[in-house]
Amino acid sequence: MFELSEDQKMMQKVAHDFAEKEVAPGAEERDEHETFSRPLYDAMVGLGLSSICFPEQYGGADGDVLSYILAIEEISKADSGLGISLSATVSLCAWPIFAFGTEEQKMKYVKPLAEGAQMGAFGLTEPGAGTDAGSQQTVAVRDGDNYIINGSKIFITNGGEAEVYIVFAMTDKSKGVRGISAFILEKGMPGFTFGKKEHKMGIRSSQTMELIFQDVKVPAANLLGKEGEGFKIAMTTLDGGRIGVAAQALGIAQAAFDAAVKYSKERVQFGKPISANQAISFMLADMATKIDAARLLVYRAASFKDAHKPYSKEAAMAKLFASDIAMEVTTDAVQILGGYGYIREYPTERYMRDAKICQIYEGTNQAQRMVIGGAVLR
Amino acid sequence: MEIVVCVKQVPDTTEVKIDPVKNTLIREGVPSIVNPFDKIAVEVALQLKEKHGGRVRVISMGPPQAADALKECLAMGADEAVLVSDRAFGGADTLATAYALSTSIEKMGPVDLIICGKQAIDGDTAQVGPGIAENLGIPQITYAAKIEINGNMIKVDREHEDGYEIMEAPLPVMVTVVKSIAEPRFPTVKGTMKANRTQIPVWSAADINADEKRIGMPGSPTQVRRIFTPTQRSQGQLIQEESAQKSVAVLIQKLSDAKII
Repeated sequence: MFELSEDQKMMQKVAHDFAEKEVAPGAEERDEHETFSRPLYDAMVGLGLSSICFPEQYGGADGDVLSYILAIEEISKADSGLGISLSATVSLCAWPIFAFGTEEQKMKYVKPLAEGAQMGAFGLTEPGAGTDAGSQQTVAVRDGDNYIINGSKIFITNGGEAEVYIVFAMTDKSKGVRGISAFILEKGMPGFTFGKKEHKMGIRSSQTMELIFQDVKVPAANLLGKEGEGFKIAMTTLDGGRIGVAAQALGIAQAAFDAAVKYSKERVQFGKPISANQAISFMLADMATKIDAARLLVYRAASFKDAHKPYSKEAAMAKLFASDIAMEVTTDAVQILGGYGYIREYPTERYMRDAKICQIYEGTNQAQRMVIGGAVLR
Repeated sequence: MEIVVCVKQVPDTTEVKIDPVKNTLIREGVPSIVNPFDKIAVEVALQLKEKHGGRVRVISMGPPQAADALKECLAMGADEAVLVSDRAFGGADTLATAYALSTSIEKMGPVDLIICGKQAIDGDTAQVGPGIAENLGIPQITYAAKIEINGNMIKVDREHEDGYEIMEAPLPVMVTVVKSIAEPRFPTVKGTMKANRTQIPVWSAADINADEKRIGMPGSPTQVRRIFTPTQRSQGQLIQEESAQKSVAVLIQKLSDAKII
């Protein structure tokens, strides 16, 4: 637990070297112009970063979840928008098909996603269904061998870019959350279009779009799990996705901390580096401690998932804590850099903007407390 | 095509600090990396294999932890690796290193091409590659910026400050490569997993039948008195008259004008 295995260390290095040489150099520009770079994404998954935690027969590398989480952390240090794009493909799209899909669905969808030939997305959120995911308005009606889907999804990471989408829709409104089902949709299905691209505060190098379904005919073979299992699939998927978001937050916090340490040693005021001031060194000490505590929570959650232990509470704790400290650490990093921290010439203000979303998506931190509270009071 | 790439594990010089008192490198806590020029050599070897088929083997002489450098090369796609490691090799200079490596390469069987980085970023000597070629009695072409293989012949664009020298030689050949020849690929996840499961054979001095007088300290006559960066020489002057005789005459005139002869 406290020492990474050789495999994990080497996987971390694969992601680290790629992030440092290929991802970091253009991160500022992609943020500035709100551009998602598919070639960069393809280069990343071309190395196998989307394959790590799947078995070989589904195009995977037979590694573990922790190795994959280390990769998300490393990529997110350089560009957390790219980090979440990877997490959306792996944790939110490929994983539920791997966990709940038929053999046929796994071969058809998990394999290209793991091998990096395709990109994935996850559509649960609607304008009226955020934390209250049960109040879905998107409907799917059985019609012979097909389902006809109507409705829309908002704030969908990788929307428009992804080839494969997990979409949740009501198949039986009378049953409430037990009337929700999950479907696998493909980009290009007639009636499946994309709405507006969101302009965001942070993670601007990731693409976020609205999904629109107008009489989309989806083969019944693309039903994921059974009818009515959608809510369970969504919640279980988000448990895993949260470890990815937690790793993303951790990467952002680490990057901000590293920038603050470097700056504080170089910045001279009153004839000495500002790091020689206890006011600064104590801030850095607190930041480092918070990051390490978060890291242990994140790695623990991943290790629980690897060990097939229940990890819902652990993932919620990791996501809650890592994203909260990412917000604190990035804010402190901006403070340490002072005026330079506030301007776009330095990356610290980007880290601060990127950190905020980690407290919001894949379950707000208030929702995480609901999960943790529910678990401790059981 | 049988290709052998020689690699060295070096301290990451971007992270090295200098001891202000002793004027030596502080190596503790400095991460070790594959010498960047050697990584380029691995990339060139992999590209040649992709084009002409064959096998890429990497070899390194160093302490047991140098296996990490070899693993990285395997993760990039090299087929096999050999670590030449023995306490008896300790303290080797470039002469003893070239001897140990060339002896090991002989043990590996027939080789068509040996590729080395142009130099290591820690010692900067650029002597081991040429030393290997000398020991093996094969041609050497240093500072390759482009390599083409045609049958049994190699054609190399050799990089100079002011242009390229195009050379040809029959295989086997030892080539050292410069930065501009290729951008090393990133190791893949699958390559990394495979590399991590590969047992890298370790050859001792006895395994390669090394002459104990030619390895380690006893085989290393080099004594470093002082290390410094030589001052930049000014541009030379090219004398190019219609004939060699005339050029020589002009040269002699210039030399005697300068009171050198």
